Amino acid sequence: MSDNIRKDFPQLKDDYIYFDTAATSLKPKTVIEACEMYNSRLSANINRGMYAQSVETTNLYEESREKVARFINAKTEEIVFTRGTTASLNLVASSYGLNFLDETSEIVISEQEHHSQFLPWQNVANKTGAKLRFIELDKAGKITIEAFKKVLNSHTKIVAISYVSNVLGYLNPVEEMIELAHHVGALVVLDAAQAIQHFPVDVKKLNVDFLAFSGHKMLGPTGVGVLYGKSRYLDLLEPIEFGGDMNEDVEKQTSTWKKAPQKFEAGTMPIASIIGLAKAIEYLENLGFDRLSKITEELYDRLYSGLSKIVGIKIYNPKSDSGIITFNLADIPAHDAITYYAMKNIALRSGQHCAKLIHDFLGINSSLRASVYIYNTVLEVDRFIEVTKEALAYFQEIGF
Amino acid sequence: MSNLDNLYREIIMEHYKNPRNKGLIDDANYQSVRIKNPSCGDDITMQTLIIDGIIKDCRQVATGCSISVASASVLSEIMIGKKIEDALKLADNFLNMVSNKDYDETVDLEEAMVFNGVKQFPARIKCASIAWVAFKDTLNKE
Repeated sequence: MSDNIRKDFPQLKDDYIYFDTAATSLKPKTVIEACEMYNSRLSANINRGMYAQSVETTNLYEESREKVARFINAKTEEIVFTRGTTASLNLVASSYGLNFLDETSEIVISEQEHHSQFLPWQNVANKTGAKLRFIELDKAGKITIEAFKKVLNSHTKIVAISYVSNVLGYLNPVEEMIELAHHVGALVVLDAAQAIQHFPVDVKKLNVDFLAFSGHKMLGPTGVGVLYGKSRYLDLLEPIEFGGDMNEDVEKQTSTWKKAPQKFEAGTMPIASIIGLAKAIEYLENLGFDRLSKITEELYDRLYSGLSKIVGIKIYNPKSDSGIITFNLADIPAHDAITYYAMKNIALRSGQHCAKLIHDFLGINSSLRASVYIYNTVLEVDRFIEVTKEALAYFQEIGF
Repeated sequence: MSNLDNLYREIIMEHYKNPRNKGLIDDANYQSVRIKNPSCGDDITMQTLIIDGIIKDCRQVATGCSISVASASVLSEIMIGKKIEDALKLADNFLNMVSNKDYDETVDLEEAMVFNGVKQFPARIKCASIAWVAFKDTLNKE
């Protein structure tokens, strides 16, 4: 079934199995060609040249913004291009957090968070005196509405959570959380880095205040990410980077900025990647999220079922919502185990996946994370399960 | 699987399961350096006691993969009794060996030679190196 999909991804060669989409996705030819087209044919800057190449580049750049806006049901002026999810979340934390929070404020967060969401808000808390409140996770590591309500109060100014956990793959009950957060007057900053490639994200329906994601986890190039913000909040925020193109009027003592989103896009942006991102969205739209989910779910179910039958394996997230399986082979350290997979030309992730707090919660130092996506196959899943059995047997044989 | 067998030598597994000189000494005369590798979860502390330019004692606490834990253990064993300058020379040679760089083969790496197989696994160089980097830092604190 996925043969047609696989041929779109030139990275897939020989027996290479790529089960690390949660770290970064592979890139289809159309995306690569779009980046290549910009570099080889245009290579001009945006907004500042009257020649044809610059005009065309500007058009493509803004078309990409329109495409992103339609993709998540936003208005174009609500789409800020950034370097990635990390830069998007830092922008909100530095601009909103450092300026509008104080020692009376509370920031609601969870141990699920990726460091790119957690550390910017920890920094805001340390600098402003605001208090970090952690949602108590249930035994499985999930966020429940009951637990969320317990940390929510009139002091809550920010709720900073992930749409889907990057380690456990759980889909959080964000719609209800956003509604509850708004009731107490808090803004919600949603990390959608592990959601955007799996299901339709509708910012209007969510009524979310800020939402961040990266291009490279959704078939796009590295170096580009998106910050969605409701217009009234983007208008309120001060830029955190100053430089070319973001200014309106420049005087010796004071200057003024363009409107959002341009005021946040200082300097020359990763133009090739931004043009490539539009092609990634096109790819996802052409495939359709229904078909995408069907492929991913089938692979995930087969992988989960195969791995869970292996004696000694520890799976930390049964019933993940996004193709992610986080596990260990008995008590074998993840970095030892992954060496075996690497020798078999299989890519997956080992370590803490930029999320130490959830590992502390699970009581482990590190884990293996396999993530499946549209270009993977049932045969790859079967081989992965076989290699997992072999690896476990090998390490037990040598004395682990 | 010969490369893998060469990485997971019996001596390494033995040190992993029975780490030598494990546990820190609460004594201000000891220099301690802790290195955590946030990407993989390794957490290693090395401690040295230097008297008259000689490493009189070397202690370690390591959690992480077998290579990083065994490396701290082997290091602690071979460094006790060495002059600082010899220890530094040995450590630099070890670090070059596991990184697949040129190193002085006339320097006896003693039991640390068992980590020779690491250079076939560039992703594991850091695992073998952490303890040695921390150890060198304890000497620089002197």
